[in-house]
Amino acid sequence: MSIVFLALQANDETRPIIESIMADNPHAQLNESPAMVKIDAEGSLTVKRESVEERIGRPFNLQELQINLISLSGNLDETDDEFTLKWNA
Amino acid sequence: MDMPAQKKKLGLRERYAYMTRHLGWETTYQPMDKVFPYAEYEGIKIHDWDKWEDPFRLTMDAYWKYQAEKERKLYAIIDAYNQNNGHLNVTDAKYINSIKLFLNGISPLEYMAHRGFAHIGRQFPGEAARVACLMQSLDEIRHAQTQIHSLSNFNKHYNGFHDFTKMIQRVWYMSVPRSFFDDAVSAGPFEFIVSIGFSFEYVLTNLLFVPFVSGAAYNGDMGTMTFGFSAQSDEARHMTLGLEAIKFMLEQDPANVPIVQRWIDKWTWRGYRLLTLVGMMMDYMLPKRVMSWKEAWEIYFEENGGALFKDLARYGIRPPKYLEQIEFDKDHISHQAWATFYQYSALSNFHTWMPTDDEMDWLSSKYPNSFDKYYRPRFEFWRKEAEQGNRFFNKTIPMLCQTCQIPMVFTEPGDPTKTCYRESDYKGSKYHFCSDGCKDIFDHEPEKYIQAWLPAHQIYQGNCFGEGADPTSKDFNPMASVLDYWGVQNGHDNGDFEGSDDQKNFNAWRGMATNNS
Repeated sequence: MSIVFLALQANDETRPIIESIMADNPHAQLNESPAMVKIDAEGSLTVKRESVEERIGRPFNLQELQINLISLSGNLDETDDEFTLKWNA
Repeated sequence: MDMPAQKKKLGLRERYAYMTRHLGWETTYQPMDKVFPYAEYEGIKIHDWDKWEDPFRLTMDAYWKYQAEKERKLYAIIDAYNQNNGHLNVTDAKYINSIKLFLNGISPLEYMAHRGFAHIGRQFPGEAARVACLMQSLDEIRHAQTQIHSLSNFNKHYNGFHDFTKMIQRVWYMSVPRSFFDDAVSAGPFEFIVSIGFSFEYVLTNLLFVPFVSGAAYNGDMGTMTFGFSAQSDEARHMTLGLEAIKFMLEQDPANVPIVQRWIDKWTWRGYRLLTLVGMMMDYMLPKRVMSWKEAWEIYFEENGGALFKDLARYGIRPPKYLEQIEFDKDHISHQAWATFYQYSALSNFHTWMPTDDEMDWLSSKYPNSFDKYYRPRFEFWRKEAEQGNRFFNKTIPMLCQTCQIPMVFTEPGDPTKTCYRESDYKGSKYHFCSDGCKDIFDHEPEKYIQAWLPAHQIYQGNCFGEGADPTSKDFNPMASVLDYWGVQNGHDNGDFEGSDDQKNFNAWRGMATNNS
């Protein structure tokens, strides 16, 4: 399977988001660069609203990702609860 | 007082449906094909526009909310950067030259992208596609604005930033990015969205805005890091839109497949050629490097682009043409480009230099197959010549490729010692190309590319001299007059970094910032 990725700015707002992604996607790999992180995962990667909320202690709208998102790859599907990237081949 | 019962909010899917579907109507005063005159001539067949879906399911209200928050953050940081004279914290004033290329060459493209998406947002018959194009059109004008604000701040302190609207129209190498966009915006709406959404966004911006901007952060340029990452978060949406557009066309009708394939071939090659400039910025212009051009290419094109082509294979799409050559060339193009700009440094709005020993060693380690064999000897020779007072400037204006408008400096596929030349005859004239890829593109649409405005050729035709110039006068200096026409200040914007105003000022200002004398 091909690799999908999500690149985020490395700042205070994204720290709990990155933490929850890494917890929910044990197959994902965290690559740290200056000012940013790139999370690679084989096949698919999911960001879960609930996991982020548990860490930040307030309601979280997945569309807030827009603020600190840098780039992504893969086919995206976004709902109220999950933001999923995946390749079909 | 009774508490008002809280209404149940709509979910993302429903909200997206309400905000994008059934906003259009069948027109009665005019037939639909007159209202949407560009929808069919490219041959793309669409049966059901309602199948179009933005995977982010972004609606206008959410767009304003999050973009406003992003802009507030962005401008707060840019302000703080300037209040603190952040430009003096960059690793070295050499670094600023990469930003000259970036801000002069890319900001006007953002504006053209804004116009292009506004245009196709009007011309696509499907409402959801139009909403997505409207958002992208707004993103692009925001990017143009934030980049022009950043440019304006650098312009207070450094040379070469003073006239980007003129330079993008006139300076020789600026025609490379400009002609890419001219080609795209003068195509039909479907080709436009493939050229920008797929090639420019998916292939190109990842390389420019991710590793290069991370490099800006590494070199202490918080201003560029901020607008770069902020812009790229929109690019993430744009590439998703580009990918969605391609899948949509492929799913709508099998007859669309060969048309889309041709565009993928064409625009991969166009984007790849344009990226040569970014390759050079990463390998030669960042004093502190994050990764080599070749490494970035492997991650963002080979791995990431490869995954996309594998995904599209189920529609009958094959990977783009000339991948073998592209793979071979990744060891070469950044060095060939820097060698070219070094030779033509008298004719640019930024400074050049030869790499230090340290930098040469870094390049050897990143390019073990090519740097020591083909490029180090040339660069060491030029460096020695300069030390002896014979700085080499190439004074002959180079021939440009009719398609990508880059000087004919690239080498034969598989042979980095031989310059590649291709040509086509069309209506009694000969046209020249840097590669098979560029020749192919011309041969398919010669009527389009014979209209190209090639700066080098225009100079020879006498169309690029300064105002009031008299080429018949005895002491006429053609190149000085061309620089005048371009808006490049001879002796200030161009030439070597060593001894430049930028170098002197940066050192003096940094000195003032660290002691009291």
